[in-house]
Amino acid sequence: MTRSTRSAVVSGAAAKTRSRRSRASARLVFLGPGLAYLVAFLLIPLALLLSYTVFRRGRFGGVVYEVTGENFTRLLDPLYLDVVLGSLKLATIATVIALLAGYPTAYLIARLPRRWKTVALVAIVLPFWTNFLVRVYAWIVLLSGPGLLNGALGKIGLGPYELLYGQGAIVTGLVYSYLPLMVLPLYAAIEKLDPQLREASANLGASPVRTFFSVTLPLTRSGVVTGCLFVFVPSFGNFIVPELLGGGRSIMVGNLIRDQFLKARDWPFGSTLALALLAVLIVLLLLQAWSARRA
Amino acid sequence: MRKPRLLYVPFWATYLFLYAPIVVLVGMSFNSGGSPYSFDGFSLKWYGELAGNADIRQGLVNTLIVAVGATVLSTVLGTLLAVGMARHSRSKALDAIGVLPAVLPDLVLGIGLLMFYVWVKMELGLRSVLLAHAVFGMAFVAAVVRTRLAHADTSLEEASRDLGATPVTTFFRITLPQLAPGIAAGALLAFTLSVDEFVIAFFTSAPTEPTLPIVIYSMVRFGVTPEINALATVLLAVSFTVVIAAQRMTRLTESLS
Repeated sequence: MTRSTRSAVVSGAAAKTRSRRSRASARLVFLGPGLAYLVAFLLIPLALLLSYTVFRRGRFGGVVYEVTGENFTRLLDPLYLDVVLGSLKLATIATVIALLAGYPTAYLIARLPRRWKTVALVAIVLPFWTNFLVRVYAWIVLLSGPGLLNGALGKIGLGPYELLYGQGAIVTGLVYSYLPLMVLPLYAAIEKLDPQLREASANLGASPVRTFFSVTLPLTRSGVVTGCLFVFVPSFGNFIVPELLGGGRSIMVGNLIRDQFLKARDWPFGSTLALALLAVLIVLLLLQAWSARRA
Repeated sequence: MRKPRLLYVPFWATYLFLYAPIVVLVGMSFNSGGSPYSFDGFSLKWYGELAGNADIRQGLVNTLIVAVGATVLSTVLGTLLAVGMARHSRSKALDAIGVLPAVLPDLVLGIGLLMFYVWVKMELGLRSVLLAHAVFGMAFVAAVVRTRLAHADTSLEEASRDLGATPVTTFFRITLPQLAPGIAAGALLAFTLSVDEFVIAFFTSAPTEPTLPIVIYSMVRFGVTPEINALATVLLAVSFTVVIAAQRMTRLTESLS
């Protein structure tokens, strides 16, 4: 081996170590700060929340580090279980209504001429980008006792009805808040659909209804599942809509959690309720993953 | 093919449902009377009241401080994280943690952070809200920048590395300029989300330093007044302008590239 080749081999090895070292330091520079932030402000808070579920509440708020299962047995108390089940029901109704209104809307948007398509889509998203509280407030004005809907009904000799402060008002508020999140994934799925498939089905003699149920709907199932999740998840854990439109009682699990933290000062039980909320959502996400894999 | 005429009923019903409350809200803000339920004549007096409301002004200032700080923090952290996840890691777990703040219910993140701040004995205030908003802001910036990275030309980065540039030089001279539109879009998203955010701020702020959404919340809970309609109209006008401008800008950049 001549001197020059030897030095080339040595410097090549050195370069390799250098590049390995620089790759490791690059990983540290790029991933380090974000990861450290996520550990501090996401993973540790979540770990705290999980750990509090097994501790006892302190007499004046806070927590006593004594392991107990009482938070979980309390969860099964009909008083709380009914609230969880009631939230499931309201969120499900809101999701179904959003799907029934959203599907035809998304279907027609997908078939509009290109120019109008953009306009129609922006018009769907616009309300969503306005302040959430403002949107809920609009429904107080519309639904309340002396409100505009009762005024209009009175002119045709109906009512007045108690429209605000009930489950109907909550469902209305939830649908109104999250309908755009239903329309967008549905639109994305319907848009991708090949129109020739529908034509083929029609040419083979299928009625429009039959074509819809055996061609269009199965092929847009991913959009349906995603849209339903997007509406259900924020509806289920919501506490603003039930508080402002539902009359301020603890009607949904979100209100219950909020009250445990800010009124009852029972953080361990509040954490347990939050864990229950998360458990329901995780089950739903697993179902979605399973349905996506089957497709 | 036959036009499905019947479908136009739910189609128009959806748009009516979405816009009727907004039209009523805006219309009633110009009401000269004090009731948000009956229109007594045109007037701008509620906008005058609004301009003189010190709580709202303070809330707006607090919101802007939080949003600007959170946007800067989440843009820097989110961009680095996106590049790190796309170019320097193959970890699925890391990907999952990176999107977690965006998919986690805001209520859960809010109470988790409240518990965390109390645990580390950090005083609640604008700082705690800012740090909380950066958590989800970062996830959104990272997601937007990663989409951009997926479409970016990697051969330029390879060429830079082959020519002996360090990863840091490559990042600043090649990757960053390519990512600029994505970073700008991510920052805008983080800013908008922070300005509008209520639930997390509700749990992590101090009662003495409320953000604007918290001020609105206490106003709405207290009662319905045309002043809230005026405030709602101003907020609607701002967000409509931002969304339509963003839409125009995307179309412009799309037609340029």
